[in-house]
Formats: sequence, C-alpha cells, structure tokens
Amino acid sequence: MKIHIKNGRLIDPANSVDALKDVFIAAGRIVGVGAAPEGFSANRVIDATGLVVCPGLIDLSARLREPGYEYKATLESEMAAAVAGGVTSLACPPDTDPVLDEPGLVEMLKHRARNLASAHVYPLGALTVGLAGERLTEMAELAEAGCIAFSQANAQVTDTRVLFRALQYAATFGYKVWMQPEDSFLARDGVAHEGEVATRLGLPGIPICAETIALSRLLELVRETGVALHVKRVSSAAGLEGVARAKAEGLPVTCDISINHLHLSEQDIRYFNPHARLIPPLRTLEDREALRLGLAEGIVDALCSDHTPVDDDAKQLPFGEAEPGATGLELLLPLTLKWAGEAQQPLATALARITSDAARVLGILAGRLSAGAVADVCVFDPLGSFKVSPASLKSQGKNTPFLGAELPGRVRYTLIEGHIAYESGP
Amino acid sequence: MINPQLDKNGGLQHLLTIDGLPRDVLTAILDTAAPFTEVAEREVKKLPLLRGKSVFNLFFENSTRTRTTFEIAAKRLSADVINLNIGTSSASKGESLLDTVDNLCAMQADMFVVRHAVSGAPFLIAQHLAACGRDHIHVINAGDGRHAHPTQGLLDMYTIRHYKKDFTRLVVAIVGDVLHSRVARSQIGALITLGVPEVRVIGPKTLIPADVGKLGVRVFHDMRSGLKDVDVVMMLRLQSERMQGALLPSPQEFYKYYGLTADKLDCARPDAIVMHPGPMNRGVEIDSAVADGQHAVILPQVTFGIAVRMAVMSMLAGA
Amino acid sequence: MQLPDAERLCAELADSLRTELSPDTALVGIHTGGVWVAERLHAALGLKTPLGSLDVSFYRDDFSRSGLHAQIKSSAMPFEVEDRPIVIIDDVLYTGRTIRAAMNEIFDYGRPARIDLAVLIDRGGRELPVCPRWTGQVLRLKPGSNLQLERNEAGVLSLRLIDD
Repeated sequence: MKIHIKNGRLIDPANSVDALKDVFIAAGRIVGVGAAPEGFSANRVIDATGLVVCPGLIDLSARLREPGYEYKATLESEMAAAVAGGVTSLACPPDTDPVLDEPGLVEMLKHRARNLASAHVYPLGALTVGLAGERLTEMAELAEAGCIAFSQANAQVTDTRVLFRALQYAATFGYKVWMQPEDSFLARDGVAHEGEVATRLGLPGIPICAETIALSRLLELVRETGVALHVKRVSSAAGLEGVARAKAEGLPVTCDISINHLHLSEQDIRYFNPHARLIPPLRTLEDREALRLGLAEGIVDALCSDHTPVDDDAKQLPFGEAEPGATGLELLLPLTLKWAGEAQQPLATALARITSDAARVLGILAGRLSAGAVADVCVFDPLGSFKVSPASLKSQGKNTPFLGAELPGRVRYTLIEGHIAYESGP
Repeated sequence: MINPQLDKNGGLQHLLTIDGLPRDVLTAILDTAAPFTEVAEREVKKLPLLRGKSVFNLFFENSTRTRTTFEIAAKRLSADVINLNIGTSSASKGESLLDTVDNLCAMQADMFVVRHAVSGAPFLIAQHLAACGRDHIHVINAGDGRHAHPTQGLLDMYTIRHYKKDFTRLVVAIVGDVLHSRVARSQIGALITLGVPEVRVIGPKTLIPADVGKLGVRVFHDMRSGLKDVDVVMMLRLQSERMQGALLPSPQEFYKYYGLTADKLDCARPDAIVMHPGPMNRGVEIDSAVADGQHAVILPQVTFGIAVRMAVMSMLAGA
Repeated sequence: MQLPDAERLCAELADSLRTELSPDTALVGIHTGGVWVAERLHAALGLKTPLGSLDVSFYRDDFSRSGLHAQIKSSAMPFEVEDRPIVIIDDVLYTGRTIRAAMNEIFDYGRPARIDLAVLIDRGGRELPVCPRWTGQVLRLKPGSNLQLERNEAGVLSLRLIDD
C-alpha cells in the first residue's frame, strides 16, 4: 500500500529533523521524505495538517500478561492499547507464567505477536531459571529465539556470586542485562518510599539506600565483567547520580525511568490510593525533580510506560496488599508531552526519549524515519487531548494514578510496517 | 480524592484517623465524652441513642480487649452488636475485604468498627461505601496496621485533659516502639492539633521512624534527658516480635535503657502522669511498681475509653 | 404581648408546692431553664434532699434527625431514686416530648415512688399525654414562636418571646 502523509510537522530526532515535510511510504518502508519519489502514486493520502509525524513510539517496558495472566490482560487487548497509544515497538519483561526462560515460550510469544500484525514485540529473557536467582538460563538459545536482552524483572538475585556469574556469562556473548536496582533485604515488606508520607500513613518503607546499595553492587560487577547494563526504573536522585558517575567513568550503562516517576511522588499516595502502589515506590518531590532534570539532560536515556495491567480485584485491597503496577501504554505519549510542556523542552528532545533513544537502549535499528527505514510511524495531534478513564483506555488494565486526568496529545494514526494499524477521528 | 472521613458538608461521616481533623472537631468529641462518663456510675448503664442500630465489630486482627470495649460502648448505647473475627492469613483467603463488607451491608449494618493488620484498610471500606452510595453507614477505625488508632488517641487526650486541663502548657513524651505503633501516630496527631507545644518521642534509633521529626516532634534517644520536665509520660507496648526483626537485642536491654522505672520517672515533673494503652508488659516497658503507683492513670484510661467510644459512636450515628 | 415576671411566677409556684410536698421529695430540673427554676424553688422551699438536674439530650426522640447537640451538660441525681417522690421542674412546657425523655432518664436511675411535674409556663400544643400538677401561668402562643427563659448577669430570671 502506498501512503502519502502530507502537510505534517515531521519530527525525526535521530535525523535532527523538525520541519514541515511530507513522508512517502511503499512496501512497508519509507521511500521518500520531503519530495515524492519518482512516479509515486499514493493509494491513501493522510492529511496531517496541524499534526506531528514522528517515528512510532518505542516502549521499553510493557507487560502483555501472556502467557499465564490472561485474566489481567491478553495480547489482543494490550496490542490494541499499544497502537492506540502510538507505540509500534515494545519490550516485555520475562515475568510471565511460566517465566520466559525457555526458548519455546519465547518463540510462541513472538509467533502470537506476529500473527496479530501489530506492534513489534521484543521479549526480554529471564537471566536465571524461573527468575529464582540460582541457575543461569540458556541465554544463547533464548537470544536465538528472539530475546533482545536479559532481565530479572522485579525479582532479585540475592546471591552475589550467582549475579557475578550471570553477568559474566551474558558478557561472553555481548548480551545486555536490564536490572532493577533494589536490595531485596532492605526492600523486604516495604510498600512505599521510606519517608514522611510512609511515616505518617504507617506504611512499611523502602529506603533509598535499597536502590543505591544494589546499584553500587551492579556497577562493580559491570567493572569486573564488562557486561553492558541497562538500569531500569531509577527512582531516586541518589540512584541517578550513581548512574551519572558510571557514565562519566565510561562504563557501558544506560538507564530509564517510568512515566509515573516522571510526574508523581509519595504525595500522590494521598488516602492510600492503591493506584499509587508501584515498584519501585514513588519517592520524594526532590527525587522527582532530579529525574525530570536527568531526562532533559539525557542522563536518563529513555522514558518508558512500565505498562502493568492489574485486575480490579487485585487493586481494591488495602494499600500494602494491593498488587503493584500501573497501566501505561496509552499514556506514554501524553505524559511525555505533558513533561515537555512543563519543563519547556523542545518537542524533538522529548520525542527522542521515546523513539531514537529508546531504540539505542534496545540496540535495534528503529525509531527513525530515514529513507529505507521500516515504516513505523505515529501521527498525533499535539493540541488534542486524552481524557483518562476506564472507557477511554483500550488496555484491559484500567489501573492508573492518572484516572480522571486530561492529558495533552491525541494519536490520530499509527502505522506499522507501512499499514495503518490504528486511526481515530479528531 | 476527597477526605473520606468527612461528608459533603464537612461533617464527620467516619472516624478513620486523627490526621486531618481540625481542633474543634477533636474538642467536640472530648466535650461530648464528658457526660458519657457518668453513665458508668449509674445502675442502668444504658442510653437509648443507638437503639435499633446494628454495630458490626469487624476484626481482621485479633483483639479481645479493644473489641470488648467497643462492644460495651455500643451496648450501653442500646445498639445491637455483632462480632466478626476474621483470620487475616493469606492462607485462609476466602472472601475479599470488600465482598465481606458488601455482605454485611446486605444485613442492614449501620456501623462498622474495623480492625485490620494492613494500614489503610478502613479507608478502602469508607471509599467503597461512598462509591456504593451507602451514606448512612459509618466506619470507625479500631486500628489499622501501623497507621492509626484514633479512639485510643482520643481517650488518651481525654485522660490528659482530665488531669492536666490545659494542653497548651504541656510537655508530653511518648516512649517506646514508635515505628510500629498506630497508637503513637494517633497520639502525636492529636497532641499537636490540640496545641501541645512540645511533643517528644523517646526510643532507640531502630524503633523511631524516618522523618518522624516532620510530624512535629522532638526525637530523644536518651530516656533521662527525654523525660526531663515532662508532664505526661505515654508508654508504648513492646511486642516480642521486635527481637526477631533485628530491631532489638533483648527485652532486658530495652528495659534497662527505655523501661519506665521510678528513678527514670524522677526526671519528669513531680506531678507527671503515666499512661499506657495496654496491655502492659510489666518489666519490659514499665516497672510494676510504677504501673501500680500514684502517677499511673492507666485504669482511668480504660474507663474514659468507653465514654469516648460512646461519644464517637453517638456523634457519627446522629450525623 | 405582655409576658409575666418570671421571678414572681417562681415565688408563686413555690407557694403552691409548699404544703403539698413530703419531706423526702426531690426536685429535678431540666437543663437549662428548668434548673434555674428548680434552684429558685429549692431555695424557697428549703428542702433537705439535694437538687437533681437532667440533660435529656441522650433521651430525645429526634436524635436520628438532629444528632447530638453541641453543649451537652452532665446529669446529676445526687440521691437515691428508689421509692422517692420526684417533682420534675421545667421552664416552658410545650409538646411534652422533653418531659417524656426526662421520665425515661429518671427510670434509668431507679424506680421512683411517684413523679409530678411543675412548670413555669404551659403554652399548650401537647403532642403526648403529659400534664403538669402545678403551673405558673398558661399562655396561648403562635405555633412558630419561641418562648425562652433567660438569666441576666445579676442572676435575675425573665421570659422572652422570639417570633419566627
């Protein structure tokens, strides 16, 4: 199908483009930017007047809940949510049931996703069998089956020797490991940031040193093994400083933060709002400011949704018993735009964090609209808005602390490999 | 999220926590409790205020003591009282909390007295009732996790007012395991709201929560200096589980440095009163002789507790 | 309308009661106006039994509608109620509901030998079968109006009519 996207404001951070330029698509690829290729005759013309045309969004963390948690969400519902949110590629953590520690499971997941002809799914393989932190998985086999990197999701490897060996093994093959820095002993039983709000509300707390101690441990092992490390979901200023120092030292480290930590703090727990129950916990306003600054400066490489659909029954419980996590695929773009507006960041910088920079972290050639690139495109209305409600969310997960909020930006078209996977009226 | 304790007109719909209640509401509760203290002196210890109402004691965490005082208070108001003790172990996971509440509402409950091991549970119930439009049902928090025990805080305030009259001239010290104590959090909130100029917490660092200073208290780790010139000493119960959690080495060492003995009490003012929410661990947080001595007002606290709970139930039911 | 002098009515009421009370009679005033009147009568009659006072807030029949009132005073019955003749004293008798509440409260203290009622003003409008044995004066008032007994700084009682 030949598509001509005309009159749109093309923002392609990887190619430093922010201008009114048309985009021409054929056979699933970008065949022209600016001028039409010779003899191009469009089957479909998308009038993008007043709209932004950018690379399809890349979300570094979205739980699809398959296999095993189909009552929380399914591939169908979550892929629909992804494209409605302008997301064309996503990485999913290995904490499914069973855990993604067998090549067969990975193949099945990729097969299922491919059949839906929807967003590209990049599964993260389990670093240890069952995520139990004891035995290594067959990382080479898993990589061959399609795993893009290896992770422990929210589980921890408490045995430092096992962690050392796992990172060493991954480094052997040049695989990247994505780790959540949290010391499991200091975080045990904790449900909120250990600070003023937790003290007032009588919630068991997780101190910041749970993050910094675990991060120090990981960075030392990076020095020892040379493994490439992606630090996921940094939550504190001190944690971010640790990553910044590691980068300055020249260590192969990247990091991300979630949309929730970009905008919220422990104050948003308010009257024990279970939608504010997250891993890692929401920390202080100062920590939030540091994360926002870090995202602007690029110390935080990418912003992700950390999409985690949770069923209502699991959320309607006292705060400490509620299942942690928030839905987010459809909020990635609006919350990025909200931040850009508040922090007075150029749109190109903001969009880079969810396109080209995210692609760089993933190590894939995506998130750019160069001639010849796969035509994964997002067309959105920067002046539109998205009212967050159970009805407006396509995801099965309606659990978000942003319920009721009116957020900026509205996806109008999402193209995946040159076909229109999603479109909506103004 | 609106404060679920208050109704549309800003009146008290539930009693969930001292936090967020203005001084005049706390004072009104204390003022209302005063006439209820006399009912206990009469032969017929009953008032008709809650006749025909059903009060459900929903205890997800066991406590015969607290449940009994609420039961006595409700019965003295002529309410029908139903006690439900529901195990909290996740192994015995039957009905969800909100399903249990819905079932009881279907049985014409008018008031829930809730105790739960997890902070915030009564809030969840109150929000759920509001979402279902059940405005005539009231919730009293009888203790949720480490968060709050508002009726205990109130009866402690009543006790202090009874013996000391003027809150604005006092130095009050709370001693012991503040970290795990919902009683302490409610006491701190009430003392500060009622205008006590200096509230102190005394305990080892492992038992004093992070940022407790931000609640408006002074922190002491040395008990003698902490008790200097104090008018009211509020002791907290030390639970034996604290030894397991690597928070304390032994009850003996705790007693030596943080137990209330006569000689430590001498650091306080000569007319200081000694309080304890009960049940006491004699020889752990408090010396037996002090517990039975002339400074202790621990038994009057129990009597006042019934009157305060009667006042709270009446104020909510009449709202 | 011309309202009667409350102090004069108290004196007249005391005269009516004087010869008809047995020595162990207890006077029980209802807060707040009834207690003021009862204090006058108690002093005038020189009774041995101490004065009782009731705050009937806990026994009102309109609790579910109006809730508890702000200023609840304590009730005090500093004598044995069992087998004792009691006279309830109130300032203004209207629907009779306050007297019903007072009787219920007295019975929670014990079983009196008999209960009689003395009021300063009977303004009619009864909704319950309540009847005073002694009355200062009967007044016909408009349904919406509010008759109050007041006490000034010097302690002198007077009646005031507040029209709606």
